[in-house]
Amino acid sequence: MKVTGAQAIVKSLQAEGVEVVFGYPGGVVLPLFDALYDTEGIRVILTRHEQGAAHAADAYARVTGKVGVVIVTSGPGAANTVTGIANAYMDSVPLVVITGQVATHVLGTDAFQETDITGITIPITKHNYLCDDSEQIPEIMAEAFHIASTGRPGPVLIDLPVDISRGEVAYKYPERVNLPGYKPTVKGHAKQIKDAATLISKARKPLLYVGGGVLAANASKELKELAELMQLPVVTTLMGKGAFPEDHHLFVGMPGMHGGKFTNYAITETDLLFGIGVRFDDRVTGKLATFATKAKVVHADIDPAEIGKNRRVDLPIVGDAKAVITGITAELRKMNAEPRTEAWMRVIDDWRTRYPFHYHAQDGAILPQQVVERVRELTKDRPTVYCTEVGQNQMWACQYLKIREPRTWASSGGLGTMGFGLPAAIGAQLGRPDYLVVDIAGDGSIQMNSQELATASINKLPVKVVILNNGYLGMVRQWQELFYEHRYSSSTLPQDCPDFVKLAEAYGAFGARVTKLSELDRALKAAFDFDGPAIVDVRVEREENVFPMVAPGGSIDEMLGGIPGGPVSEMLDDELFEEVME
Amino acid sequence: MKHTLSVLVENKPGVLTRVASLFARRGFNIDSLAVGETEDPTLSRMTIVVSAEETPIEQITKQLHKLINVIKIQDLDPKDMIDRELVLYKVNAAPERRHEIIEIANVFRAKIVDVGKNSLTIEATGTSDKLAAMEDLLRAYGIKELARTGKIALARGSRDA
Repeated sequence: MKVTGAQAIVKSLQAEGVEVVFGYPGGVVLPLFDALYDTEGIRVILTRHEQGAAHAADAYARVTGKVGVVIVTSGPGAANTVTGIANAYMDSVPLVVITGQVATHVLGTDAFQETDITGITIPITKHNYLCDDSEQIPEIMAEAFHIASTGRPGPVLIDLPVDISRGEVAYKYPERVNLPGYKPTVKGHAKQIKDAATLISKARKPLLYVGGGVLAANASKELKELAELMQLPVVTTLMGKGAFPEDHHLFVGMPGMHGGKFTNYAITETDLLFGIGVRFDDRVTGKLATFATKAKVVHADIDPAEIGKNRRVDLPIVGDAKAVITGITAELRKMNAEPRTEAWMRVIDDWRTRYPFHYHAQDGAILPQQVVERVRELTKDRPTVYCTEVGQNQMWACQYLKIREPRTWASSGGLGTMGFGLPAAIGAQLGRPDYLVVDIAGDGSIQMNSQELATASINKLPVKVVILNNGYLGMVRQWQELFYEHRYSSSTLPQDCPDFVKLAEAYGAFGARVTKLSELDRALKAAFDFDGPAIVDVRVEREENVFPMVAPGGSIDEMLGGIPGGPVSEMLDDELFEEVME
Repeated sequence: MKHTLSVLVENKPGVLTRVASLFARRGFNIDSLAVGETEDPTLSRMTIVVSAEETPIEQITKQLHKLINVIKIQDLDPKDMIDRELVLYKVNAAPERRHEIIEIANVFRAKIVDVGKNSLTIEATGTSDKLAAMEDLLRAYGIKELARTGKIALARGSRDA
């Protein structure tokens, strides 16, 4: 059947089961938007900025496990997706981004709205294509979806010159792709899996260190099974949040720079650190030379390049988290292994009791931590997706929310992209229409993509934005307070500019302002119950810091702030410690 | 330590850019790079010489493997490979000194490929050591210009299964 290139793209999207695309039209991508115009079954969400489209598709992918799709025009349209693509690349999120391009006969002549988007995105895509033959469209689309969604997921970009989308294609969607240079290892090596099981069965102080790879592999159930079988404590990274229920007694928090003291102590003291789908990021490890020095390290990841990249590993396992975890559990069952962590859990519980996250409530002030706690409490019986912006708001969300199920958390991890939260909430709401979607925001971050309130309003996406408004770029200010002698250079924002309530109303959303703690619950409830998007502008204590904190380049067991406690060697209860060591 | 990577890639536009961009981004230095079509026209072979210790070279090959267009990578064992480079030297040569230079070229089994009024152009192939020794001798006459292909290499036949 002969169709145009643009129609071939749409047919390929249908073949891949795509239900939603995020985008923004423009000159050279018009054939594609024209083909989408009367397509049934694909909803096109017009954002107000291409960056918003990329972030929305990113969060849609995070909450559904499907590939997020973005369609934009050439030049500025394509360039505006760059931050969104880089964000998805850092967090291993599957995206297919289709960019219009100038016609092939003017490529390379600096034509109007021409930019070398494949060149620009080489380092931030898993792969990209410049399609110069209409007949290749079905094959390229099939490859793009395959590459984006398999192995370690990531964004793939297809640059589509306008004459190629107008050209003719004998459309037939390939049943399988042929990529000789791309064969991800899914199944872990049997001997290594057996060795890992043996190490777990023998360890007295094991710790599972779990990241986004477990969510990507949809292996949460298998993880819980393994943890419960051997009573293994679990820490999840920012990217791994939701991979293990945070209200579970084996959950030991988030490690790293703003993680729990109890979590970082556990990492410092463990004798077997088993990383699954993690990358030993600097925000987790702090100073590498003092990170988990007492531990044998097992590292399972589907990307071999992550293994040994930052931390020397005793036992590497290349494979998909689900396959590896299932294999290890089966081995442990076969060897009738018994849990040995009772004393170790008591040590951890002791730290957990002594060094919880805490704040000093003050009369007449609202602390940002209190706001996040109230969001947590008011949503605890409702299926909720939590999104965040980037900065202090994000760290308090990490510390005080409880993520209960997989794929209900969308936060910009590796790239730390301010402005991610609101478009992410929009994508999440489309992916999970029955869920309450809350964006924990800062007054700085929210302004980086607040134009997407229009997208939420017009598409009747009832996302709730809770702004922890402290009138600062809070995390920048905190660093300036701690490391730059209180010199608040370019980090102050007036709390009342813009007026967020009026901004909400201007977009047809619900807006409320909270200046007293006693008003907080009522405003949050009103927003959550409102049938449409809502903003709650909470005027919080301006100079509250996120603690505890590992100083940049410091050891993770030597944290600033929080409840006083020294390095882990001084913090062990001697009697309990003896028992563990026996 | 110098490593010679023999990298089989798909013969498609942009692949060289991807490889070069990867080296630049990850902070790996390329000493030389030579690329050309193989016996199979859909494939090219890149010979990349890179200075790196053991851990970084492992990271380099793992990152290269992540490129979709990269099909196979060999870190060639220096004791078990054939490596060659081709160099063109344009050397100052007044007529009365030509014979000395021609003698040097003969010793290294190099060829005179062009003769000017005051210069000779020599084509030489060989290992890096041989070419360095020859260059050292030619330097005494003054090298006006020099161009080199970069090293190409294959594993020795005894390694074939």
